[in-house]
Amino acid sequence: MTANLKHALFCAFITLIISYPILGFDLKGRGTSVALEGVDISTSIGVLLAVVIVFVFQLYRDTIMGSVRQLPAINPLANREPMEQSKRLKLESILLTLMVIGAVIWPFIASRGAVDLATLVLIYIMLALGLNVVVGLAGLLDLGYVAFYAVGAYSFALLSQYFGISFWFALPIGAGLAALFGLVLGFPVLRLRGDYLAIVTLGFGEIIRILLNNMTSLTGGPNGIGGIPDPTLFGMEFSRLIKEEGNTSFHETFGIAYSGEHKVIFLYLIALVLAVITAVAIRRLMRMPVGRAWEALREDEIAAKSLGLSRTAVKLSAFTIGAFFAGFAGTVFASKQGFISPESFVFLESAIILAIVVLGGMGSQMGVILAAIAVTILPELAREFSEYRMLIFGAAMVLMMVWRPQGLMPMRRIHIELKRQE
Amino acid sequence: MLVLEDVHTHYGKIEALHGVSVEVNKGEIVSLIGANGAGKTTLLMTVCGNPQATSGRIIFQGHDITRDMTSNIMRSGIAIVPEGRRVFSGLTVEENLHMGGFFNTKAEIRKSQNHVYELFPRLKEREHQRAGTMSGGEQQMLAIGRALMSKPNMIILDEPSLGLAPLVIKQIFEIIGQLREEGITVFLVEQNAHQALNLADRGYVLETGRIRLHDTGKNLLSNPDVQNAYLGG
Repeated sequence: MTANLKHALFCAFITLIISYPILGFDLKGRGTSVALEGVDISTSIGVLLAVVIVFVFQLYRDTIMGSVRQLPAINPLANREPMEQSKRLKLESILLTLMVIGAVIWPFIASRGAVDLATLVLIYIMLALGLNVVVGLAGLLDLGYVAFYAVGAYSFALLSQYFGISFWFALPIGAGLAALFGLVLGFPVLRLRGDYLAIVTLGFGEIIRILLNNMTSLTGGPNGIGGIPDPTLFGMEFSRLIKEEGNTSFHETFGIAYSGEHKVIFLYLIALVLAVITAVAIRRLMRMPVGRAWEALREDEIAAKSLGLSRTAVKLSAFTIGAFFAGFAGTVFASKQGFISPESFVFLESAIILAIVVLGGMGSQMGVILAAIAVTILPELAREFSEYRMLIFGAAMVLMMVWRPQGLMPMRRIHIELKRQE
Repeated sequence: MLVLEDVHTHYGKIEALHGVSVEVNKGEIVSLIGANGAGKTTLLMTVCGNPQATSGRIIFQGHDITRDMTSNIMRSGIAIVPEGRRVFSGLTVEENLHMGGFFNTKAEIRKSQNHVYELFPRLKEREHQRAGTMSGGEQQMLAIGRALMSKPNMIILDEPSLGLAPLVIKQIFEIIGQLREEGITVFLVEQNAHQALNLADRGYVLETGRIRLHDTGKNLLSNPDVQNAYLGG
């Protein structure tokens, strides 16, 4: 009991010193100076109440947790038998088909805002699938992944600004350039592993962002680049007035009234096609020898080397392919926004993409896709809570990791089931 | 087939091998025995080019491989079963085997896979099981099978009996004898001196980075020095 009392007192004290300075004071401007004021009495009471609750809970922690454990399990799925493989594969393919069909119908039933958000979701799916190759399959912790995203976006923006290159030409160029950057980053980090690799990639991500910020003459620095053209459909533009000579406009060709929504839907569909291409391509790669080589290197580097695999080639291929798809996503992002600045490529983006991969279950495509949807939509749904929305987002992530530490849908390999012996 | 001529290897400034010369002829089983820290694993790793020898020459099938990259050496007809097995525990048995035949065609992989399953029927039973869930002996079989998948001319085994039950060790050594009959040259590194020398055509005794003795397996077994030091008197 004394141990509990000590612990409870300590926790209550921590609660007090954390919450009171943050909630209990207010900065007020008085003319030119700023004054610190205590806030009204209700906040103080709230803080005090929180302290008391923490104290009581910690004091009777064992009894409370004991009675909680008596309750029937909240998660009905916790103790179920794993699904049979044949069933699971069938379910997965049905689910995937439904998802794609749903995604195709979506823009025609949802509002413009929802379609826009869905495009963002698709961009994140592409990013997360790409990072999944690097982190989930090859086991290389990359904290600067957003750099390749930036390379893709900026190469489209710059190419269109200086050379008037259209979306469709910029797409492979942007992805290719990002892949090249992946290759270039790959070389110095070949010998690094784990934490060290994470630090170097983190630095690389920042280098790219700071470069973009400071090469004002080329990239416009913090002002960014605007006026990035929208993609065209076989020379048909989606704007009301034709911007480029030789193009026709979409609504005139088909004889329908102009609507701003056409463009949004078209972009969404492009993103959808590219996301599907990304998913299928990576799925193929995973089953090819190179995919197995990634996994082998992740599992045991020495064993992989003893089989004659070249560490250089395997790691570089993972980095390059991951970066390639980030470049893909970056080009779509630039086109969607019409304006990009280094602000869009801060470290937080890398962290969110990594969170998607971890939440989804490393290496599992289905899980990563679901997590990308959840992580992008959740903050939007929580908008009603205004300033607390990131708090709710964080809490949801913590709960998620407690509930399913291995991710939403951990990677499962195809296997043959043995008959249970009677 | 494999010749080491006066090989020196350094870890940083410390010399671990002080001029080792070893010769393994085609179709033989050669055992290398020695105490902990004698440099047995270092010698093997030097053959694989990781770390590379600082001086001396290593010749495999007539080619000087002293300065070759590990990945190229491992593709040139040598296969190694690393110490502590090192199977890919998250991959299935079959996937592990396929990793072993990474640079072969599909038809070749299928052929050598069947061959490995003939040698180790146990692996066939466990084909789709994750390697990490198998017993130590089964993992050792898998490690040997994986090394065989590349159809090597020579196989190097680093302490295959490590941490295994006597009965399993006996099985493993039987398989090693079988490999010789198939024409695969075997270079065996062991602490389990009795069984290793019993099986071997010739043997080397390594002590603190130098070859101390070199003779046929039978002679070494009856050598009083070897008996005192490695066979428990």
